[in-house]
Amino acid sequence: MNGIDWDLVRSSLGPLFDGLVTGTIPLTAVSFVLGLALAVLLALMRLSGNRLVAGIARAYVSIIRGTPLLLQLFIVFFGLPSLGLTIDPWPSAIIALSLNVGGYASEAVRGAILAVPRGQWEAAMTVGMNRTTTLRRVVLPQAARIAVPSLSNTLISLVKDTSLVSTILVTELLRRAQEIAAPSFEFFTLYGLAAVYYWVVCLVLSFGQTRLETRLSRYVAA
Amino acid sequence: MTAPLLEARGLVKSFGDNQVLRGVDVVVPAGSVTCLIGPSGSGKTTVLRSLNGLERPETGTVRVGDVHLDWADRPGTRAVARLRDQSGMVFQAHNLFPHLTVLENVTSGPVLAQGRPRAQAQEEARELLARVGLADKADSYPVQLSGGQQQRVGIARALATTPRVVLFDEPTSALDPELVGEVLRVMQSLAAEGWTMVVVTHEMRFARQVADQVLFLDGGVVVEQGPPSEVLVEPREPRTRQFLQRLLDPL
Repeated sequence: MNGIDWDLVRSSLGPLFDGLVTGTIPLTAVSFVLGLALAVLLALMRLSGNRLVAGIARAYVSIIRGTPLLLQLFIVFFGLPSLGLTIDPWPSAIIALSLNVGGYASEAVRGAILAVPRGQWEAAMTVGMNRTTTLRRVVLPQAARIAVPSLSNTLISLVKDTSLVSTILVTELLRRAQEIAAPSFEFFTLYGLAAVYYWVVCLVLSFGQTRLETRLSRYVAA
Repeated sequence: MTAPLLEARGLVKSFGDNQVLRGVDVVVPAGSVTCLIGPSGSGKTTVLRSLNGLERPETGTVRVGDVHLDWADRPGTRAVARLRDQSGMVFQAHNLFPHLTVLENVTSGPVLAQGRPRAQAQEEARELLARVGLADKADSYPVQLSGGQQQRVGIARALATTPRVVLFDEPTSALDPELVGEVLRVMQSLAAEGWTMVVVTHEMRFARQVADQVLFLDGGVVVEQGPPSEVLVEPREPRTRQFLQRLLDPL
């Protein structure tokens, strides 16, 4: 049994941090933004009143939620080439993560849109707004506030889910830890260190969530 | 005699098995105040909401100015929107946009719906806010106002699109009693300025002093109508008398 190799910890801090800021964080940020856009689209499809359009969105969400993210990642990276579509690791990672986030977040967005009181739609209509303007200027801004807690959950999950893309050779935090751990056999040290990095990022995000909720609730009854 | 500004004929509307309107006519001359009164469930709010298409009756017609809809034709969203653009609406629960300032609420119609220049709309909105006594609240958020102030912003917002008719749906029913007066006074001054108003209300003093005509509804029909001096003071119909008696003496 060997304890923690503190020299290795010190020398690994930098490379792991590098994996975080050049891999994990940009993967999370880009996938979240794209996924959120997809989520709003899916939510609006579900609420469109068109049964075919709503059905497509419903089926999509069902498939995304009913299959493992790791499998979705493998289908994009290892599966699509057999259909003649080869995508590099990074784009594959972004595509799989965005599609996944879109499916999960769409339910939160849909719930938030439905939680905006009927009277807000009616008031917007009586001042002459059409449906699109009502959505953009009245409903979605209020839905955003309602959706913050659950979307924060999605974001925090996503930070950790990006570690799955280490399996398709994208260099991010976990992959970097594996690369250093393999030759040295210091698995506990490196994986422990990586865990601390993930945890700190999620702590910061939780803190940000609280701040955002406070800010967005300034115009809502105490 | 010129044609009335607003004319609704034969409105019929059901919610499921419950027929809430059984052929209601409402005729509103320009510049007049019409009060719709009646017990809860009488259909008065449904009538009001049929005048701007927030409810869609199964049959009946509505005309405001030169915009005419026959509900039996199942008019599309656009046609209903055109009718709705003829009127403004004040809601019982004010329905202000909580994420917008008072000024942004009032300019929401002119700027976001009518596409008018923001600066001009803001100037007019400030004048409207001054008229309802809230010139100093332009930059507040709705949540920072009292119920009476919120409702006065709601009135300013309804006027900002310069509608031909203003519809009021129980504008004081959700207010604390001491805040009712400030809202009714604003409405009274609008009536004096010549706005055409249709008001669903339980405020009999307001109806008596301000209305040109009162429609008493019960069970989805207009039971009695006429000037307030008749309907409210010497009602002919026993149901009207009973209703007024109950308001006067709830115990």
